[in-house]
Amino acid sequence: MPAPIRLRELIRTIRTARTQAEEREMIQKECAAIRSSFREEDNTYRCRNVAKLLYMHMLGYPAHFGQLECLKLIASQKFTDKRIGYLGAMLLLDERQDVHLLMTNCIKNDLNHSTQYVQGLALCTLGCMGSSEMCRDLAGEVEKLLKTSNSYLRKKAALCAVHVIRKVPELMEMFLPATKNLLSEKNHGVLHTSVVLLTEMCERSPDMLLHFRKVWILVPQLVRILKNLIMSGYSPEHDVSGISDPFLQVRILRLLRILGRSDDDSSEAMNDILAQVATNTETSKNVGNAILYETVLTIMDIKSESGLRVLAINILGRFLLNNDKNIRYVALTSLLKTVQTDHNAVQRHRSTIVDCLKDLDVSIKRRAMELSFALVNGNNIRGMMKELLYFLDSCDPEFKADCASGVFLAAEKYAPSKRWHIDTIMRVLTTAGSYVRDDSVPNLIQLITNSVEMHAYTVQRLYKALLDDISQQPLVQVSSWCIGEYGDLLVSGQCEEEEPIQVTEDEVLDVLEGLLVSNLSTPVTRGYSLTAIMKLSTRFSSVNRIKKVVSIYGSSIDVELQQRAVEYNALFKKYDHMRPALLERMPIMEKTASNGPTEIVQTNGETEPSVPDTKHPPLVTQPANQANDLLDLLGGNDVVPVIQTTLPTKPASAGGELLDLLGDLSLSTIPPMTAYSKNGLKIEFTFERANPNPNIAVITIHATNTTEADMTEFVFQAAVPKTFQLQLLSPSSNIVPALNQGSVTQVIRVLNPQKQQLRMRVKLTYTHKGSPVQDLAEVNNFPPQSWQ
Amino acid sequence: MQFMLLFSRQGKLRLQKWYVPLSDKEKKKITRELVQTVLARKPKMCSFLEWRDLKVVYKRYASLYFCCAIENQDNELITLEIIHRYVELLDKYFGSVCELDIIFNFEKAYFILDEFLLGGEAQDTSKKNVLKAIEQADLLRSVPLHGVIQPVSYSAWCELASQHGVNQPVSYSAWCEPASQSVSMV
Repeated sequence: MPAPIRLRELIRTIRTARTQAEEREMIQKECAAIRSSFREEDNTYRCRNVAKLLYMHMLGYPAHFGQLECLKLIASQKFTDKRIGYLGAMLLLDERQDVHLLMTNCIKNDLNHSTQYVQGLALCTLGCMGSSEMCRDLAGEVEKLLKTSNSYLRKKAALCAVHVIRKVPELMEMFLPATKNLLSEKNHGVLHTSVVLLTEMCERSPDMLLHFRKVWILVPQLVRILKNLIMSGYSPEHDVSGISDPFLQVRILRLLRILGRSDDDSSEAMNDILAQVATNTETSKNVGNAILYETVLTIMDIKSESGLRVLAINILGRFLLNNDKNIRYVALTSLLKTVQTDHNAVQRHRSTIVDCLKDLDVSIKRRAMELSFALVNGNNIRGMMKELLYFLDSCDPEFKADCASGVFLAAEKYAPSKRWHIDTIMRVLTTAGSYVRDDSVPNLIQLITNSVEMHAYTVQRLYKALLDDISQQPLVQVSSWCIGEYGDLLVSGQCEEEEPIQVTEDEVLDVLEGLLVSNLSTPVTRGYSLTAIMKLSTRFSSVNRIKKVVSIYGSSIDVELQQRAVEYNALFKKYDHMRPALLERMPIMEKTASNGPTEIVQTNGETEPSVPDTKHPPLVTQPANQANDLLDLLGGNDVVPVIQTTLPTKPASAGGELLDLLGDLSLSTIPPMTAYSKNGLKIEFTFERANPNPNIAVITIHATNTTEADMTEFVFQAAVPKTFQLQLLSPSSNIVPALNQGSVTQVIRVLNPQKQQLRMRVKLTYTHKGSPVQDLAEVNNFPPQSWQ
Repeated sequence: MQFMLLFSRQGKLRLQKWYVPLSDKEKKKITRELVQTVLARKPKMCSFLEWRDLKVVYKRYASLYFCCAIENQDNELITLEIIHRYVELLDKYFGSVCELDIIFNFEKAYFILDEFLLGGEAQDTSKKNVLKAIEQADLLRSVPLHGVIQPVSYSAWCELASQHGVNQPVSYSAWCEPASQSVSMV
């Protein structure tokens, strides 16, 4: 039997293969040879064969039949065998295969071997891939080695212990005594691995952390070691670019961070050394910056004094100006973490951060964008928005959605003027229109509706944008909606904000009809434009043209369009007298919570929604009936609700934007009323409709006090006639402060299934200037909308 | 550190060290995806990228990419130093290391890595100590040949060669060319 070919020979041969198939053939041939060699239980060449197998495994070929052979190698007495065997075990075996447990005994023996390099192999393998069972069995051996005076083994045992603790956390306690003396070692390897071990223990167990902090008083010890590192002269063995053992420095700083977190005493004890490291570390090479980076992270995380924090942020600011993009990246990441707590300090570096938006690296750009949004406030909104919009223009598509949402959010919060707000939105729609989120369309429509004085300007700008480009759906939808609403302003040329354009009714209708036929328009967009055309029938004079368009779509293949067209047709034919009222201008809508992108909000740590209570009603309950309601209404009731059913809705929930719109509408804007006003106590009622049940009126009472003395022990009680049901929720407090300095609010829910006129009897009790007061009153002046 | 990968510019894997238990299939998938992602990076980009829920630190040395996946609390900049330290160790051991050295002596590359890192953390921060340990361990496998101890590392060879007045080979791989006298265990 010829000797199996050598490893290097095999490698050379395989590398000569010109095709994948050729390689596969060679591998298969060799595997067959190796397999037969294994079958023959050949001891001499087992090592060579397994090594070859490992090479083939790295190329991607299966090598599981070598697993047992690895175990045999580990059990061999030859060092070369063991070395390859353990390597094979680490590469081919893992805790999923039961086979790995057979290693345990070998490892145990090797942990007690006379040669330290054999012990090292065993420790390394255990620390790399030991399963929980193995760790449990061998923890005792590891602990023993942790106490040896041989630093070569001690350092390995420490890291092995880390792995054992990760796999079997309950075993942490047993390593505690052995860990005690580790920090007094001079050997840097042992020091480094001990700090890693201590770090792992602290991170896993708060009790351990406390113990290290208070009983062992680790902080001064660590500070001393760190100080020695910095102050000591040149040590060739551990020097890296002029810095003494940066790896150890970084690990110590990290452990200090954990010890100092939320503990004043520990934080104070490390203040000086942190300042020293922060100011004295050489920054010309990556090593120095690595240490500074860790220092900054530590300073920001512990209870450091403000001077130190400012120092840290300034280091980050300097990092931002570094030529090395890695340093810039790291700075942006850290600033993002601290922007909430040290906002003002970070603001000082705003211009540098904004410059990073132009960086070539994708990760840096993303970080810079997130940070920029976090730094936007009322003072810098104009400047920042300019930069961010410029960024939006030029950035990669993967950023556009997030950036657009961020812009909307920021604009909503800090817009200096309505016109600016609308201009900004227009800019986003025209540059990144296809990337904005779906919910931005109804939000924008709401914003536009509520900016009454800007209607003419808005519709003009949107019209012009439509002329340029009809491919971006959100833009087209908002534009069609506006043209439908404010088309009359458009043709009358009433714009105050800018030069009014001359446009005729026919031109407008051309544009809207163009949207209907264009391939670029989605069904949703077509729906918007058809409705817009319809609305213009009460605003324009060319009603015949509109009638024609509407009737054409009455036989459209698109069911949605067809339904709309049919209903509009009906409106023209049978209910023409209702048309003006139904197609009236939209009233101001109540604001709902703005839905910003959750990703950006979370990254920035900004958690406040712009409006705390969501009044966004699910409209799903209404659809099927809406269409019928329209006809019923026109047939039966002689009361036309002011806001409801101005537009027929889609029965299906496809699209959703339009439904959302109408959802806003159904929130009636019932005017508030004064229910009671006597002796300085005034009680006002404000209304909402509860959803999904429109029979429930939600009344919020606001009690205020104009006298100079507080009204304490304030209790509000109410009673309603039998056909109603009442629910009183808890009040905000029971003290009505004097001189209108505050109010007590309380929510009342009234169920009114029979839609009868709402009446209420209220009883008020409170203590004023020492004496109790009680009063009864009737409240009859409820506005009709609150109970209809 | 969760794992370290070494791969060529063509995406061929030269070394893989995993410090977390994963199935072979998962390892292959991760390797394939990560290699693709890193190779797609342009030279001007920074050495860090976010990948799945990990941070990936990579650096290219000649034709080899050294790629480490670290956890969120790990320091990216010091990881670059760890990578650099490993390259220095390889360089000292092989004498001006090149990709070929690592291809033909992959098991030695692993031995060196396992002497430097354990469980993903550095065991020893002294270059000298790590190299010394490897050389000592290597000696345990040397075989006497004609009364001359066969050296197993480049530096040891150089010393021996100068003692015997023999020309030193340019690189370790050159020395590893199958000479009729060498009796390698592997």
